[in-house]
Amino acid sequence: MSFKKSLFVAGAAMSSWPLLALAQNQVNMSPGVTEIGAEIYDLHMLILIICVIIGLLVFGVMFYSIIYHRKSRGVVPAQFHESTKVEIAWTAVPFLILVGMAVPATSTLLEVYDNDEAELDILITGYQWKWRYEYLDDSGAPVAFFSNLSTSQEAIYNTEDKGQNYLLEVDEPLVIPVDTKVRFLITANDVIHSWWVPEMAVKRDAIPGFINEAWSKVSEEGIYRGQCTELCGAYHGFMPVVVHAVSQEEFDSWMAAKRAEKATELASASVEMSLDALMSEGEAIYNTQCVACHGAAGEGGVGKAIAGSAVALGDINTHLDVSIKGVAGTAMQAFGGQLSDTEMAAVITYQRNAFGNNTGDVVQPADVASYKKG
Amino acid sequence: MGAHHHGPARGITRWLFTTNHKDIGTMYLWFSFAMFILGGAFAMIIRAELFQPGMQLVEPGFFNQMTTLHGLVMVFGAIMPSFVGLANWLIPMMIGAPDMALPRMNNWSFWILPPGFLMLASTLFMEGGAPAFGWTFYAPLSTTYAAPSVTFFIFAIHVLGMSSIMGSINIIATVMNMRAPGMSYMKLPLFVWTWLITAFLLVAVMPVLAGAVTMMLMDIHFGTSFFSAAGGGDPVLFQHIFWFFGHPEVYIIILPAFGVVSQIIPAFSRKPLFGYASMVYATASIAFLSFIVWAHHMYTVGMPVAGELYFMYATMLIAVPTGVKVFNWISTMWRGALSFETPMLFSIGFLVLFTIGGFTGLMLSIAPADFQYHDTYFVVAHFHYVMVAGAVFSMTAAVYFWLPKWTGRMYNETMGKLHFWVSFVGFNITFFPQHFVGLAGMPRRVPDYALQFADFNMMSSIGAFVYGASQILFLYNVIATIVAGEKVSDEKVWDGAEGLEWTVPTPAPYHTFEVPPKVDTAAAHG
Repeated sequence: MSFKKSLFVAGAAMSSWPLLALAQNQVNMSPGVTEIGAEIYDLHMLILIICVIIGLLVFGVMFYSIIYHRKSRGVVPAQFHESTKVEIAWTAVPFLILVGMAVPATSTLLEVYDNDEAELDILITGYQWKWRYEYLDDSGAPVAFFSNLSTSQEAIYNTEDKGQNYLLEVDEPLVIPVDTKVRFLITANDVIHSWWVPEMAVKRDAIPGFINEAWSKVSEEGIYRGQCTELCGAYHGFMPVVVHAVSQEEFDSWMAAKRAEKATELASASVEMSLDALMSEGEAIYNTQCVACHGAAGEGGVGKAIAGSAVALGDINTHLDVSIKGVAGTAMQAFGGQLSDTEMAAVITYQRNAFGNNTGDVVQPADVASYKKG
Repeated sequence: MGAHHHGPARGITRWLFTTNHKDIGTMYLWFSFAMFILGGAFAMIIRAELFQPGMQLVEPGFFNQMTTLHGLVMVFGAIMPSFVGLANWLIPMMIGAPDMALPRMNNWSFWILPPGFLMLASTLFMEGGAPAFGWTFYAPLSTTYAAPSVTFFIFAIHVLGMSSIMGSINIIATVMNMRAPGMSYMKLPLFVWTWLITAFLLVAVMPVLAGAVTMMLMDIHFGTSFFSAAGGGDPVLFQHIFWFFGHPEVYIIILPAFGVVSQIIPAFSRKPLFGYASMVYATASIAFLSFIVWAHHMYTVGMPVAGELYFMYATMLIAVPTGVKVFNWISTMWRGALSFETPMLFSIGFLVLFTIGGFTGLMLSIAPADFQYHDTYFVVAHFHYVMVAGAVFSMTAAVYFWLPKWTGRMYNETMGKLHFWVSFVGFNITFFPQHFVGLAGMPRRVPDYALQFADFNMMSSIGAFVYGASQILFLYNVIATIVAGEKVSDEKVWDGAEGLEWTVPTPAPYHTFEVPPKVDTAAAHG
């Protein structure tokens, strides 16, 4: 947007502030869709109201003084300067008010920490800059997937309109059943992240090497959106959390579909794919996984250029190595655990044939699998 | 007085080699103002990018460099040195001492600051960019995942820490040993008391910060794993160490500000400070409590519930002594004869806005509610209410209050009042809406945001530009005063001002109290 246009928007926004403030801008915490969230909201309002009352009293006295005890009114200043009784009173009374606040705060906190008897366990892992969700079960092949920002680079860089859920939308949301106590086990793969959904009143740091616990029991079906809340590097602002809370039946059928999808994926790993199929899937993966660092035209940025690069034009094994294991000490992550063999094959094929890298190389899922085996 | 006076040396060597507390104080004040402008420029870049949703001006990585440097420069470059400058100018004059106790060290503690900041600022031009991990530099983002410039950042922190420790030792030595006969501890002006306590806090916690950055250095270059679970360490350990420094640090910033307003409010109320003794005890209690509440910055790291409860209760307690201070200031104004010159306006602005910041602080101390507030713009609003409207407003009040004593010239009152009102309005337009976006769910330290936060962010940015511009007015007013302000020769300058610094000639001569003054043992403290 041009500067002039920005000024115009600024002016327009200012003239309509009072209206906007009433119409669409949220100014307070949301009570959310969980019992804990509602309790926290009540606690927040209780303390806010106590603070506002004390504030009005204190500022009331001060402004009375400012208005009536002015030198310009010819007031002769009093000379009193201490009173032990008053000092004791305004030490003791606030202390008692604090005790009054501490009681409900303590009981809410104890509930927040009651992680027992969860009906569903989900492992949440923070990555730079996406979330991975794994539904823990005894099957040995649990359903797991990454959840990436789905807002386009064009929308972020203002060449496309921004949708209603700008920056708060993902390619694959976390799905949970309502009225079920879901326990989240939260950790991270690289730096510290923090998983937050305001309406579920869950915020817990994701710390590499440690697992934190939190829980939630959502009472209403719906889509709830949140964000990473611990600075985690350049794209910290671009790793949203989206949770779909659905009925138990819907959850079960979703879960069954995910399991079937996983089985097909395992089967397809041994199938030969055409260059076109690999290229089209590779492009989609490139645009979610690689584009932020390597650029829409492979021109580089945080990461190295892919167009004309020695890795993309050189030995396939080096390319596989870099993509699967990452490059230590740089922002280039190990994608071996993040992408399936098919996805890895597709994105490598794409990188070797797009952006003018016309090598004609085709990398098959089986190649990736055999490379991983060593 | 029989001692023969000599003026300052001429030329650049006056400033390079000076051991005079007034010269050093002046250099600290100008240096901190320069850093305030630099840190402010970073803030303007931040607010310009956040003017609208979408990325317009800078890249996300550079945005993080800006938030990081803004925080570091404001805390370590602007606020802390400005109060050290004030201490240098005022403590000897307030306690009737001829100079600081350790004048050569005083020179050094100032002169290592500019190279320290030059080193920090130079990281902007290095490959990989400046530090981009926030002023709290949590590991492993600041170790394994940091740009190579982090090593320079670590060294810069060491240098700034050394400067602070030396400055503090000097203040402690001065207050303990150089008081004029009859100036007992319970007669010290409150500014001196708050600085004495602050100096102890600094000496206690700056080495902890030095330890934290040294551990980072070891992790980065020498293969240790203090903050990496893969090697048996713990990233949360970093946060405990950092906040063991960081929480007292916020009181290091605010206690001298309390001292300043405790001098100014009585002067313009023409009435002695209410509850002097309780003010001293409250300051000491706040300082003590500041050591045992650090983990309230870390409610979401997954501490055991017993730890959460302890840190919540201890943190809530801080509201008690802080409340006592606010009540005392208001009682000082009560039935006084008030007038509203610029220093008083800034002090009242401090009182109102700091109290609001105190209330949000109390809200943040409630652990379960903090799960919703933590790392959102609500926190950003809170700490700017205490840091800017607290420390910076009080520092500005101090400059207007003592400038005539320092220079022998009066500032332009109309322009001073204009500066206050523009600052006050600009500040509130900037930071009040940040409470709303924070509660509505906007995380801090993001370069871009969802559309529902757009209106308040635009408002915030406009307020920030207004507040930023008002500082130009301040700079102009100060320079115009020094160059061509109306001369004042009255020793007291302000009719209600009390204290030894108002007994020396105006402008304060290069050397004061070469012969210790006699302190009237019955007189009320200033």
